[in-house]
Amino acid sequence: MKILSIYDFSNLTQAIHTWLSGKMSVVSTQVVEMILVGTVFLLFFAVLGLVLVYAERKVCAIIQVRLGPMRVGKWGTAQTLADFIKLVFKEPLITRDADKFLFNLAPFIIIIASFMAVAVMPFAKGLQAMDFDIGLFYISAVSSIGVTSILVAGWASNSKYSLIGAIRSGAQILSYELSAGLSLLTIVILTGSLQLSEIVESQADGWWIWKGHVSSIIAFVIFIIAGTAETNRGPFDMAEAESELTAGFHTEYSGIKFAFFFLAEYVNMFIIAAIGATVFFGGWMPLHVGNFEAFNNIMDYIPSVVWFFMKVSAIIFLMMWFRWTFPRLRIDQLLTLEWKYLLPLSLMNILLMAFLSLMGWHF
Amino acid sequence: MNEVTEYFSDIFKGVRSLLKGMSVTGYYFLHPKEIITQQYPENRDVLKVPERFRGELVMPHTADNQHRCTGCSACQLACPNGSIIIVSDRVETPEGKKKKVIDKHVYNLAMCTFCNLCVRACPTDAIVMSNDFEHATYDRGELIKILNQPGSKVLEGIEE
Amino acid sequence: MKIEAIDTSETKEYFINMGPQHPSTHGVLRLLLTLEGEIIKNVEPHIGYVHRAIEKMCEKSSFQQIIHLTDRLDYLSCHMNNEAVCLAVEQGLEMDVPERVKVIRTIIDELNRISSHTLWWGVMGMDMGAITSFLYGFREHEMITEIFEETCGARLTMSYNVPGGLMFDIPPNFQKMVKDFLFHFKKKLPEYDTLLSNNIIFTERTKGIGYLSKENAIAFGVTGPSARASGFACDVRKLKPYSAYHKVNFKEIIFTEGDCFARYKARIDEMWESVSIIEQLIDNIPEGDYFVKTKAVIKLPVGEYYQSVESARGEFGVYIVSDNKKNPYRVKFRSPGFANLSALNKIAQGCKIADLVAIMSTLDLVIPDIDR
Repeated sequence: MKILSIYDFSNLTQAIHTWLSGKMSVVSTQVVEMILVGTVFLLFFAVLGLVLVYAERKVCAIIQVRLGPMRVGKWGTAQTLADFIKLVFKEPLITRDADKFLFNLAPFIIIIASFMAVAVMPFAKGLQAMDFDIGLFYISAVSSIGVTSILVAGWASNSKYSLIGAIRSGAQILSYELSAGLSLLTIVILTGSLQLSEIVESQADGWWIWKGHVSSIIAFVIFIIAGTAETNRGPFDMAEAESELTAGFHTEYSGIKFAFFFLAEYVNMFIIAAIGATVFFGGWMPLHVGNFEAFNNIMDYIPSVVWFFMKVSAIIFLMMWFRWTFPRLRIDQLLTLEWKYLLPLSLMNILLMAFLSLMGWHF
Repeated sequence: MNEVTEYFSDIFKGVRSLLKGMSVTGYYFLHPKEIITQQYPENRDVLKVPERFRGELVMPHTADNQHRCTGCSACQLACPNGSIIIVSDRVETPEGKKKKVIDKHVYNLAMCTFCNLCVRACPTDAIVMSNDFEHATYDRGELIKILNQPGSKVLEGIEE
Repeated sequence: MKIEAIDTSETKEYFINMGPQHPSTHGVLRLLLTLEGEIIKNVEPHIGYVHRAIEKMCEKSSFQQIIHLTDRLDYLSCHMNNEAVCLAVEQGLEMDVPERVKVIRTIIDELNRISSHTLWWGVMGMDMGAITSFLYGFREHEMITEIFEETCGARLTMSYNVPGGLMFDIPPNFQKMVKDFLFHFKKKLPEYDTLLSNNIIFTERTKGIGYLSKENAIAFGVTGPSARASGFACDVRKLKPYSAYHKVNFKEIIFTEGDCFARYKARIDEMWESVSIIEQLIDNIPEGDYFVKTKAVIKLPVGEYYQSVESARGEFGVYIVSDNKKNPYRVKFRSPGFANLSALNKIAQGCKIADLVAIMSTLDLVIPDIDR
């Protein structure tokens, strides 16, 4: 399967690298490249936050028979920007007797954790900051650093509501990390590699969700549930639980620090959706149907970045749809769901997938 | 074996109920014409306020600046919040008798609960509730209104 | 109020103030929770944040003026509150209102009950984390408020009743509006079931949670759907029919489970009953006067008058002591919310914080009704 060369970003990145190497030493090339990538990701984060918050508000509004933001800009498109400016200019309040250092540190931990996870995301062919051979493992490792931030925030706030929210979140993320990891492992059995670029390449002749059929679908369902839980979004927003704990771990945060938590939630949602898209839906691979050559060729002309973001937004929409439909679970039910249903199911599913793979019953 | 089937049927039923719920919200997402939001104040022109809507107490005046209020204070007595105060004046009639006439009908919109009791109490139908509901002001003082216009007279024949 | 200092160094208990500013207390109610982890050991409601001395104000008001004060008690069932005062005053005046008034009052009562319950349903969903239901509930609530707006000129605090009848006659398109609403509502009510009642998360969160026994319901004076869910038949519309309730057929919704889900289901089923009551009456509004003229200054004969009605939350009673003056000597309101709140501690002990929110929702508390 050939990928159209104009959509291959490795030429571009290679060209930049050669150009820089010609100008300066190896070390300074490295440093400049890091700074470049960092800046690009910062800009990407800012845009991502604005777009996703706007999308969520519109999706939830239409589901709730409302119009959503309509006043700032055409169709309210500049609303999130306006809100962000408002948050920047708000007074950063700190509660009395709060642990000031940890209180200020917490928002940065959560943002840095999501930054680190995005680093290995294959947006398109060659468009990947780092290509570890343990990419998938790395992502599940760094994405769970975020929980430390929530715990720190809840502890340092010196507020009981925050503390309850933080403790709940700790229990929740630790549990759901298991089934999220196991459901990804199910696919790793087929790919035989943890490297994200290889996982994508292995789906050139069809996405794993089709190729692994029953077992893959079960794994995807488990992954999307566990992923929603890991991002602390409804119906698993135990850590925030607006009607019980006012705002959970970020009750006492205001201004730009609150904005960080808010942004991190959306970036985490993007990360979960991106992993889902990469592992189950072939990342930037275009949709190919059997031997319909004409159809497949047309699909090839859609740039791979577009494919990636289309898949990601579909999964993000699914997560938003969950959030605006379901009531929240109770903390003990949340843990029951994980330990009594999702974990045994994903273990069984791994066995099933191993069996399928052994018998060669996948495509 | 029973427990195992129960375990799986529980999962199945649960997922089914969740999917049904999602179909409801999904329906509304795909049917934006169900949206009920009204874009106030852009829709001021098409906004329909029912005729009986109690927005503000007013005293209708005729074209030659005459109203129907005799200053009998029935509305002041009927008002549960004391938001109406009638200031009356004594004038001398051509026959040389002193007669009580209305000087000011003071209405405090800020204290009004729009219960309509004053309109019911009025024997001459001098005051009515209007539909205007946009009462926001920057100064509380602007909400204390004098309902009879300056220089207005009582309509002939009302007082008999 | 002095809070007893409990030595918490030995136990693992701690306190948390839920309210007066809290998203799920729906107003300014403060609950002092004693918690052990997330398990509730004790709930101590502290009320009085919106106390406005309405009963005292009534002593200075004429009988017509009392009515608009009752709007501000339980603002979601204002028409029932108005009606209770009117019925008490009419009882004192030994006056019989026309059939037309009785039927219209009953229809508006039931519309008011539906509007209150739809709003409750939305808020219940929101308390459970399903924010979408809040908007759906409000959509139906809004349609009824529009009918009210057209009928009596106010959306929430209606003051539609006056001693002796109604403030206005119904508008000419009243029947059509109500029928349109019922047509719409009967399509939307099954959606409520799909979205919440049958949802596995919702049923898990409510079934078996917050058990209130029949004995406790009677002991605490819990009334309304909350008590009927515990098997206590207390519907004033059945026990002491007023207005046109003796003319209509309806079922008193009684469940025996006594948990949150039963209280939830009782209200959903009550909406269906209300729809059936309105359907029975809407085409049979008798002709006649909508008002019997009373004196401008009403004086009740010396004596005591009590009238209770079934409001959306339970038995709402008005007790008037008159000494033949233009103001009542003493007025006492028996508000359902106050009695329902008193059972909260009994129900909530041993539950989790999340359950407390569900219990509060299913008790359907309206704080101005409790504080008065």
